[in-house]
Amino acid sequence: MSSILIIILSLCSIGIVAAIILYLFAQKFKVPEDPIIHDVEDALPAANCGGCGYPSCKIFAEACVNSDSLDDLYCPVGGQETMDIVANLLGKEVKQTDPRVAVIRCSGSFENRPRTNHYDGASSCAVASALYVGDTDCPVGCLSMDDCVEVCEFEAIYMNRKTGLPVVIDEKCTACGACVEACPRDIIELRKQNKKDRHIFVSCINKEKGGIARKYCSVACIGCTKCFKVCEFEAITMGNNLAFIDSDMCALCRRCVTECPTNAILEINFPPRRTKTDEEKKTASDKISEKVKTDIKE
Amino acid sequence: MRRNQALTTYKKGGIHPAEYKLTDKSPVQILPLPEKVTILLSQHIGVPAIPVVSKGDTVKVGQLIAQGKGFVSANIHSSVSGKVVKIDSLPDLTGYKKSAIVIEVEGDDWEENIIQSTDLLKDITLSKDEILEKIRESGIVGLGGAAFPSHVKLILPRDKKAEALIINGVECEPYLTSDHRLMLEYGEEMMVGIRILMKVLNVRKAMIGIENNKADAIYHLTDIASKFPGIEVYPLKVKYPQGSEKQLIEALTGREVPSRKLPVDVGVIVHNISTAYAVYEAVQKNKPLINRIVTVSGKSLKKPSNFVVRIGTSVRFLIEAAGGLPENTGKVISGGLMMGKALNSLDVPVIKGMSGILVIPEDETKRKPIEPCIRCSKCVTVCPMGLEPYLLMSLTQNGNFYRLEKEMVLDCLECGSCSYICPANRPLLDYIRLGKTDVKKII
Amino acid sequence: MSKLLTVSPSPHIYGKDTTPNLMYGVIIALIPVVLASILYFGWGAVIVISVAVISSVLFEFLIQRFLLQKKTTIQDGSAIITGLLLSLCLPSNFPVWLIIPGSLFAIGVGKLSFGGLGNNPFNPALVGRVFLFISFPAQMTSWPEAQGFQTQYIDATTGATPLNIIKEGLGKGDSISHLMDKIPTYQQLFFGNMGGSIGEVAAVALILGLAYLLLRKIITWHIPVSIILTVVIFTGILWLVNPAQNADPLFHILSGGILLGAIFMATDYVTSPMTGKGMIIYGICIGILTVVIRRFGSYPEGVQFAILIMNGFVPLINYYIKPKRFGEEVKNG
Repeated sequence: MSSILIIILSLCSIGIVAAIILYLFAQKFKVPEDPIIHDVEDALPAANCGGCGYPSCKIFAEACVNSDSLDDLYCPVGGQETMDIVANLLGKEVKQTDPRVAVIRCSGSFENRPRTNHYDGASSCAVASALYVGDTDCPVGCLSMDDCVEVCEFEAIYMNRKTGLPVVIDEKCTACGACVEACPRDIIELRKQNKKDRHIFVSCINKEKGGIARKYCSVACIGCTKCFKVCEFEAITMGNNLAFIDSDMCALCRRCVTECPTNAILEINFPPRRTKTDEEKKTASDKISEKVKTDIKE
Repeated sequence: MRRNQALTTYKKGGIHPAEYKLTDKSPVQILPLPEKVTILLSQHIGVPAIPVVSKGDTVKVGQLIAQGKGFVSANIHSSVSGKVVKIDSLPDLTGYKKSAIVIEVEGDDWEENIIQSTDLLKDITLSKDEILEKIRESGIVGLGGAAFPSHVKLILPRDKKAEALIINGVECEPYLTSDHRLMLEYGEEMMVGIRILMKVLNVRKAMIGIENNKADAIYHLTDIASKFPGIEVYPLKVKYPQGSEKQLIEALTGREVPSRKLPVDVGVIVHNISTAYAVYEAVQKNKPLINRIVTVSGKSLKKPSNFVVRIGTSVRFLIEAAGGLPENTGKVISGGLMMGKALNSLDVPVIKGMSGILVIPEDETKRKPIEPCIRCSKCVTVCPMGLEPYLLMSLTQNGNFYRLEKEMVLDCLECGSCSYICPANRPLLDYIRLGKTDVKKII
Repeated sequence: MSKLLTVSPSPHIYGKDTTPNLMYGVIIALIPVVLASILYFGWGAVIVISVAVISSVLFEFLIQRFLLQKKTTIQDGSAIITGLLLSLCLPSNFPVWLIIPGSLFAIGVGKLSFGGLGNNPFNPALVGRVFLFISFPAQMTSWPEAQGFQTQYIDATTGATPLNIIKEGLGKGDSISHLMDKIPTYQQLFFGNMGGSIGEVAAVALILGLAYLLLRKIITWHIPVSIILTVVIFTGILWLVNPAQNADPLFHILSGGILLGAIFMATDYVTSPMTGKGMIIYGICIGILTVVIRRFGSYPEGVQFAILIMNGFVPLINYYIKPKRFGEEVKNG
């Protein structure tokens, strides 16, 4: 009996001593922290993706609390909603930022861009791009080796194996910018998110002269300026044999799309042309979303 | 003399790839002139040269067509006579476009001051500064492959002094025999070149390191060297990558060049054997660097040969001269099997640093599927720099660049021994190279 | 030109070693050991070895194919090695129905639960062996006498291993010189004519295997040499200090699983350090731990525990022990 008692007592006393030590240490090394940081952190998406430019959500929350204005701080993943909540918590003003989404500015699928050699190295766009021009002659085209897919925290990009081009799933894309950074060819751009995820953009970043660009790829922008001339909203700028559509200015009128001789300008998530009735529009958009789903399955 | 001496080599790591020296018995042939040449303006490490001719100009062989800009840069001379037809961006060896001058060949009209006779000019009449200026003007770069402008290497920092000149005749890459043939056929010219380099560097001793698989070259050069005071030939045990500067210095002198230091910090300067020959031609014959010896080799080629080639000749022309591209070709490599660059097109020009063109059949070039690392530590064992390739690869994949820098990724020679030895076929060097570029960005 | 050229980063030539090559090399090195075990233990050894190998390979296949739904990797030979090594440290009369959970544990828990070949921190064969040893100590420590080739499986006469004799004898207060009479002679120890696990008895076969591994450059000398030297030195000191209570070094080397452990278990690629220096530290620690367990612990044999403990330290060794970098020595010169 007595031995059991001794054991119980000694264990309890060890426990108490340890608790006291722990308590003292906790007091001694306590880091004073503004509790509001914790609240702000809770409002953030907790993806720790780094899209805001800070290494983690917590550090971003600290930055929000400590800075005077929220002008330079924006969580692309949570978007405007999250920033409004953060602003509310902190009693600060937040400027309105349009939500953005990533688009792939290359249409050089296997069909459009002849392969001129066979790459047989580490499967990484960064490795291939540092080594040489790539398995086509186009020095800026997509290398189809999944660097952007691997880096996406939100599974918002997948590689379409039939075309060799990545596809962004707009609903999942948070515009964190990880893929933009990962792409060694800089073909991914964050553009303004329009209604129904519609986009019009020049799907090429080749700066070569028209004839050479066309040799690389049948859907290259050849810098013919036709789209530039047809645009009524001054959304299109020309430079280095390349057209660029400013997503903030573009009114999605689609006139440039028809004008482009090489089909380098893409329209995405638009209903097919000449369908006037609402019903038809609906079925068309359904079809597109279905196509996306089947693509994913493949 | 030194024939009976025990063979030396460097201590750490190294591999023994198959040698395949198919062309070590084929004398150097002079390749006929091509119809046009494409001369790239950045054939060297450093700033690209600036063109000094314009479209439509007529140029002579040896005429300056682009001037080196800044300290680390090199002049470029026309390798043929004819008309400049284009100054434009054209694909270089990587396929990316770089500025280049295209010249259409008309006749073979040399600059008057170039001595074209093959007589040996042994007396070195110029002063040290005059020689240096000649070397700089002639656009000589390291011909071993790195293509670092030679005059930069010859100007020592004020507080440093070189004790010895090391001449790199190792040629440890499989297939390549251009240096080997040069040593056999132009031995005396080369020795004069070495004497010139010794005069510039103000050293009394020059050591020629040659691997033991080139016994005829060792005997030949040892014989000639007796006529040239201060020059000695050292046979070396065969081991790759002995041709690397740091490894060669260790093999010959036992000194190790510390991380991120230069050879001159341990009192030596290393030049390639073909650079020594180019120096001879530049200084004694006023001939700028307009041609070089290129080994065109491969088991499937009809006529593997060593050619004297004008800079700017297209690779396709060389392969045609060696019997044409075989049907089963998988890869065409510029340089050696271990460190060379696979070409994506045959229409790229020969550059100053190109020592060989290798044609490899399809079935020998396929990489095997990547398997998981079994941590066999073979990559650590063979790394000549004492690095841990398996770790560097995974750190690169994880993007841990600070740790990469701490693990001395920048010391990597890119010799490829790790990728060569890996039983799991892991692309170690592919990623380490990427890690190096990324680390260079942050420091 | 009709065909496209291939482009890849350098190097463009590769060595002949492949993972299966190295693995089958280890298997070849184990052949003398297997033959010796069959010679001494007969059908018992054949049954134990074949059951362990087949079940290991089968479990690897089943788990990878159906549970993980990945590509199976049984062709690389690593599962065969795990099965072989597991069986070689079992007694020849070990019940077949216990070998199967042993190899399931070795392959399933020891290897595949960590992500398969290359990712397991502990040697899978030893994980299986220790699992069996702790769960079924009675079956694991009934050692049939080596009686030359025989056809019985379960009914062989059982006895104790030399290490057991020493351990128990010392526990009862006997002196070494007295106990030495009871154990086999050195010659018997060397050729394996004694009781014990099927693979650890024949020192000569193990040394043959070591020679093959070194010649084929599958392993380096660092680990086996450092383990064996450490054991020799440590037991030598103990023996010199008190010959009455401690067996001599040669006995320690030749008895028990030290040779099998040092040559085949500790040198497992995946679970050993990456650098020569690290390997030596690892080997020395294994040697010390083995002798400590043998001499001062309650088990007569300690190699498997020593190796497993040191397996746990391998990441730490790899983190702190770096190879000598080129140019390091002359940093101040």
